[in-house]
Amino acid sequence: MSKTKDILYAPIFANNPIALQILGICSALAVTSSLNVTVVMCIALTFVTAFANLSIASIRNIVPSNIRIIVQMTIIASLVILVDQILKAYAYGISKQLSVFVGLIITNCIVMGRAEAFAMQNPPWPSFLDGIGNGLGYSVVLLFVAAIREFFGSGTLFGYEIMTLTTNGGWYYSNGLMLLPPSAFFVIGGFIWILRTLKTDQCEAADFKIAPNNKSEPAL
Amino acid sequence: MPSNRDSVQHTIVVAFLLCVVCSVVVSTAAVLMRDKQKINMAQERQLNILAAAGIPVVDGNIDAAFAQVTPRLVDLRTGRFSTDFDVNTYDARKVIKDDMLSRALTTTEDVASIRRLAHYATIYLVMGEQGIDRLILPVYGYGLWSTLYGFIALEGDINTVAGLGFYEHAETPGLGGEVDNPRWRALWSGKQVYEPGHMQPVLFLVKGSASADDVHKVDGLAGATLTSNGVTNLIHFWLGEFGFAPFLTNLKAGEA
Repeated sequence: MSKTKDILYAPIFANNPIALQILGICSALAVTSSLNVTVVMCIALTFVTAFANLSIASIRNIVPSNIRIIVQMTIIASLVILVDQILKAYAYGISKQLSVFVGLIITNCIVMGRAEAFAMQNPPWPSFLDGIGNGLGYSVVLLFVAAIREFFGSGTLFGYEIMTLTTNGGWYYSNGLMLLPPSAFFVIGGFIWILRTLKTDQCEAADFKIAPNNKSEPAL
Repeated sequence: MPSNRDSVQHTIVVAFLLCVVCSVVVSTAAVLMRDKQKINMAQERQLNILAAAGIPVVDGNIDAAFAQVTPRLVDLRTGRFSTDFDVNTYDARKVIKDDMLSRALTTTEDVASIRRLAHYATIYLVMGEQGIDRLILPVYGYGLWSTLYGFIALEGDINTVAGLGFYEHAETPGLGGEVDNPRWRALWSGKQVYEPGHMQPVLFLVKGSASADDVHKVDGLAGATLTSNGVTNLIHFWLGEFGFAPFLTNLKAGEA
């Protein structure tokens, strides 16, 4: 039982797909300028990862290994189209903002990575949980990034005004960098820093050590 | 079966079955949700027309508010109303590749970078007690990343801007994306497109702030010079001689 729990909860902090495996960064940059959009993206990705894992795990014993990647892609792509259609029908405003990024879930490294690394070797139920867990791990980072970007970039959270912008007659001069995708790099970097300070086992060993300076004259 | 699962025969069978299952799932979803999606898209357009015209939507009843608006088809070549197509089904974005219904623009004509121009456009009229109260014209043109699609609403004098709004674009959020900012959009109201007696648009976006008294200048978008230029260009194209200017001249003279 604790193993099942592990599969579900480990990806959230202990083995986070973005912070530790550094997968799925692309969409973490693109869809995190406002929380409303981010929440929908997280739900969509969790749905796709979970059901892609489930269906791939249930046919893993009959899939010929030479076309397994194509099989995985086909299943993932079908699920993504399904999500895209549902969003267009029931959350039209948000689907317009997500536009191309829903389609790009197909190429999200997390979905493909979990299908190949976990679902191909494990039974359907643990694979499904693994998909949910990794979706949640992705969501934690995305929501953290989006909260910071929306708060400092637009002075709002979930669209509710917290700090009134100067352009709307208030006092807060918005941080323009936070509205642009590169700012997500800094925020994700900050998240990884905090995470690795708390969980020191995630720190990687340094590739090399700087030798001590034992010469007395100054370097040229 | 698993013993020979890498055989050619097995591979083909699996690939075929997978394609059948996936295509059934995808097409079922597409068919089941098509109606709902069409309604959403139509409502989005209507909401933008209403917003540009300044008609409030009461209790979310879009149809009731939209009943005040009359769609009409305009032939841009003659500058007159046309009944060649059913105005409720004609879609200018669908015919744009059809040589019979649209034409390529030359580089000098194409200030808004739209490449091709349909012969017909759907415009919307709001009638008041003394003739036309509001005139809503579709406009589009290229900004920085994307084509901006929107509407400009003119007052009954066919010169004063009543409103401007874009329903589809993909400009940078917070910079060019500020074309959606209600405060910026409010700046357009009361501006004038033409000098008296001329039909060449003189309405510009300027860098920084424009004086509120200057009826031909609107504040540019901070940090979005190319989007601002795109908006100026699309206004100049659509209200210029290849866009709606001939139609507006006819309309003023009562000959449309």
